[in-house]
Amino acid sequence: MNKQLDEQYYQKLLELQQLDFGLVELTLYLDTHPNDLQALQQFNQLAQQRQQCAHQFEMQYGPLLQFGLSYSKFPWQWVETPWPWQV
Amino acid sequence: MWIYEKKLQYPVRVSKCDPRIARYLVEQYGGADGELSAALRYMNQRYSIPDKVVGLLTDIGTEEFAHLEMIATMIYKLTKDATPKQLEDAGLGPNYVNHDNGMFYNNASGVPWTAAYIATKGDPIADLYEDIAAEEKARTTYQWIIDMTDDVDLQDGLKFLREREIVHALRFKEAVEILKADRDTKKVY
Repeated sequence: MNKQLDEQYYQKLLELQQLDFGLVELTLYLDTHPNDLQALQQFNQLAQQRQQCAHQFEMQYGPLLQFGLSYSKFPWQWVETPWPWQV
Repeated sequence: MWIYEKKLQYPVRVSKCDPRIARYLVEQYGGADGELSAALRYMNQRYSIPDKVVGLLTDIGTEEFAHLEMIATMIYKLTKDATPKQLEDAGLGPNYVNHDNGMFYNNASGVPWTAAYIATKGDPIADLYEDIAAEEKARTTYQWIIDMTDDVDLQDGLKFLREREIVHALRFKEAVEILKADRDTKKVY
């Protein structure tokens, strides 16, 4: 592994996983309750928080997504470890 | 299309090298009620189900792929430091001879995954009942695996997966009600 995984890495990753968990739950809930305005507002609010959190994570630890949905520094960062199962 | 995200849905930790429990966990990787079966079952049913529940099948199916990666991570971490002797003692001798440390889609008894595990009837209610049953069976399997280990770190990840099965079953039950309500409304053309 060519990257040092510090305490902060795990903390930032957990923060992102927590936001994403809320979003997964709200997504599935809204799939069967599309007229729940309060849930929808919560979804949009969390989605915005998630975007900021993911952006910070990516600036520090590299891209989370490929095919143009994340930016990369030089050299191409996507191929760098760690992969999720190595964390 | 699908986009891969370079992170797990939930942290996966194990507290020891334990090929014995890894051997049982494979059930949720390539078994009948495992995560691969779940993901493929829901994705495949989308093309004949009414529009109202396509979103739900897509999203739960996608989440199942995230669970598949969590199971693979558990197995990887439980076995990566095991010697061939340890694998053999855990009953994974035949698996080692065939696959070394490579992952393979089979169940806990070594039977390769088959498409016969996933059902599509084309009838929306029949398909959704199949999905509810599949979630309940997966929940049960997770409980049996949790009961068979004293590794609290591993149990934590397994409990997360067990709870997700409950939520998925609930959402599928709601989907059934949505279709029933739609069926019972008077339509004027």
